[in-house]
Amino acid sequence: MIGLPIAQLQIDKPGGADDCVSSNGFCPEWIAENIDRYWTPLLEHVYLTVAPVAIGFAISLALAIMAHRRRWLTGPVIAISGIFFAIPSVAAFFLLQPLTGLGYTTAMVALVSYTLLIIFRNITDGLRNVPAETRDAALGQGLTERQVLYRVEFPMAVPEIMAGLRIATSTTVGLAALAVFAGAGGLGAEILVDKRFKSNVVVAGGLAVLLAAAFDLMILGAQRAMTPWRRSRA
Amino acid sequence: MGDQSDRSTAEPLEFREVTKRYPGASKPAVDKLSLEVPAGEICVLVGPSGCGKTTAMRMVNRMNEITSGDILLGGRSVKDRKPAELRREIGYVIQHIGLFPHWTIAENIATVPKLQGWDKARIAARVEELLDLIGLPADTSSRYPSQLSGGQRQRVGVARALACDPPVMLMDEPFGAIDPINRERLQNEFLRLQAELRKTIVFVTHDIDEAIKMGDRIAILQEGGKLAQYAPPAELLMYPASRFVEDFVGSDRALKRLALQRVRDIDLWKAAAIRVGTPVTEARAELEDADVPYGMLVDDNGRPKGWLSDRAMTGERVTDDVRSPAHPIVELDDVLRDALADLLSSETRYGAVVDKNGSLAGVLSLEVIQHFLHAAPAASPTGADLISE
Amino acid sequence: MIAPGLAFLGDFGEAIKFIFQERESVSGGVQIGGIPELAGFTATHMYVSLAALAIAAVLAIPLALWLGHLGRGDFIATATSNVGRAVPSLALLAFFISFVGLGYTNVIAVLVLLAIPPLITNTYVGVRQVDRDTVDAARGQGLTGMEIVRKIELPLALPSIFAGMRTSAVNVVATATIAPLANVQTLGEPIITPQTYGFVGQLGASILVAVITLLVDFLFARLQRAVTPEGVKLARPAKARRRFSFPTKRSPKQA
Repeated sequence: MIGLPIAQLQIDKPGGADDCVSSNGFCPEWIAENIDRYWTPLLEHVYLTVAPVAIGFAISLALAIMAHRRRWLTGPVIAISGIFFAIPSVAAFFLLQPLTGLGYTTAMVALVSYTLLIIFRNITDGLRNVPAETRDAALGQGLTERQVLYRVEFPMAVPEIMAGLRIATSTTVGLAALAVFAGAGGLGAEILVDKRFKSNVVVAGGLAVLLAAAFDLMILGAQRAMTPWRRSRA
Repeated sequence: MGDQSDRSTAEPLEFREVTKRYPGASKPAVDKLSLEVPAGEICVLVGPSGCGKTTAMRMVNRMNEITSGDILLGGRSVKDRKPAELRREIGYVIQHIGLFPHWTIAENIATVPKLQGWDKARIAARVEELLDLIGLPADTSSRYPSQLSGGQRQRVGVARALACDPPVMLMDEPFGAIDPINRERLQNEFLRLQAELRKTIVFVTHDIDEAIKMGDRIAILQEGGKLAQYAPPAELLMYPASRFVEDFVGSDRALKRLALQRVRDIDLWKAAAIRVGTPVTEARAELEDADVPYGMLVDDNGRPKGWLSDRAMTGERVTDDVRSPAHPIVELDDVLRDALADLLSSETRYGAVVDKNGSLAGVLSLEVIQHFLHAAPAASPTGADLISE
Repeated sequence: MIAPGLAFLGDFGEAIKFIFQERESVSGGVQIGGIPELAGFTATHMYVSLAALAIAAVLAIPLALWLGHLGRGDFIATATSNVGRAVPSLALLAFFISFVGLGYTNVIAVLVLLAIPPLITNTYVGVRQVDRDTVDAARGQGLTGMEIVRKIELPLALPSIFAGMRTSAVNVVATATIAPLANVQTLGEPIITPQTYGFVGQLGASILVAVITLLVDFLFARLQRAVTPEGVKLARPAKARRRFSFPTKRSPKQA
């Protein structure tokens, strides 16, 4: 299988504002005229961020609940996900291709595995940081282990879990930019279409940064909404 | 003594040869502990670090499992029920309280009622009732633990434990993390509460003074989880069972006993209360009758003014010639220990004891106190008695 | 003998052969693959990575140490880590390519920028986590600010600093893979020129990149463990935070 021919260095010259474009300046008019072409990549990028984080969260949550009871699981899970995490995304996108082919599946598998380490570790740390006396009081009142986990430990771990989601989301936005190497779309593909053209790079790159910031704020907002007890201090 | 409240739901608690052995440990943490706590009484487990007092307490609600022996709650073994079920019927108060920060005060207090399936109205009513009982304003219920002070949180911890009116309560150094001033206040308030509710309580502390103040009965444990003595506070102070108990209670145990009494409780010396202008013959007759060789000059209301000199009694009528002022003046309601402190810090032998109106009621001296300490007590006073009067 | 075994692995086998054996390029006419060429790519890869890491360390660590000592850098630490994560490496590289041009300086500049945030954050946090009482005692004994940083805060923060270096190193080595977009021929060269190297070349280069990155990660993990003082290893701060006054099943000696 041949990978996408992505090293095209042609300078795309869509119509309008020729002088600005041909001298490779920063061209607001060109941007205004061509803004539509970024819409689809942006949506693809959103998908390439939200889906892996959601799936990664689901998997990490299941693993964390298992590891909560069987502490010995924590080490192996962190070690294995750590290995996935260390492999550069570009390399991963290719290493997966013999197995999952070219396209979104490959991108997804790689991106999901990157979120695992971050989210799993944050969920586990969040649960472990519940003070021992709170756990003791909960058990002493007569809550079962399961009730303690779901009614006390998880709610108290929300800030750390959310922090993990924020980190995972920002990281995934960045990695999704490279998903073009896996045969998926996204803003990264748009950047590479014309990596020398300033306006293109600024818009595509800028959109990625804005996307990361937007997600970050949304998750932060959700966290604030979910933890009313932290807003009120004596 | 406290009243037996009709609405008491308390049950007796019994430790029967209870032993806790941790795997790999050469000695048991608790060694064949046997004692009975009558319903409605506070049993204090006290001892040095490592004596097993907290381990023993935590076996009642199976936070630690019993290795051998049994604990009977109202006659039923605690091993009969599932741990979570058992714990819902036992109040549990710990040193660092452990309120759930993500729940409001109302939700925290309602922890066990919710588990037991009470309906919302009943829960709300109970929360209101409990907040009133522990002396917090009703609007506290919608606040969060982080907004309360340490003392307030501790009270909420107690309220939470009382929510389902459990027959037994376990308290592990509940006032340990509070500053000394508030601690005394909380202790007094808790004793008042107990006078009303009469729960069976197992109370763990490392502080012998707290044990003496709070306990109806005190169990002193020594290292290795052995019971050294189990007795009411006065008996413990008067007849320590071993060298260990003596040392643990402290060489000032006589003084500790005085902390449990009020001046009114002991036999005071009688003094002649003499007004100005009384015929001297009458005055002398009164002096004969008194235990103290000096007469006390009092005003028209009987309030002591000073000890009369011999010169005051030379003429026809008593004059107001006073040899020394009436200090120290001690009240009938004063704790005996504090009265002794007053006496010691003055230079006189005799302290004038007055009642609520300020009139002379008797005389206190070191000998009076010594006499009291050596006599066998008619009743066994506790810290609770001191509070409830 | 090896060939049939490798052939069994299919594409992966081919890719590994690519690493070790020269062959003709897809478009024809040029010899590609084999150890010499790949060693050259690897050398370039490591060169830009190390240079960037070193520069970033020299810039970021002293700054973060001092800020941590003063306790003034909370905002900077969180802001840099947030921004650093949000900017995709590809976007940054493309930005530099379009605004500054191609070449080594560019690439190294981009890598330095990517390496700085984890170093600042981890160094800052590492210093802040040093027990304030320890610092206080030192000050009380007459140590100056600089001495405190050098003798107390720096050694105690080393594990955290090395954790930051580990993260940065992995990020840098990973990002150096796309440096060929700026004409710097690291191991990413086969990846972005499939018309010459073919899928097999792409895969082979990917394998090498993965292996090297894992080695770097492992190496820095070891370094981090090596610089952790014995006493700190034994203290296990996370557990200490949770300890409270009465016993759990694991401490039978207490009452």
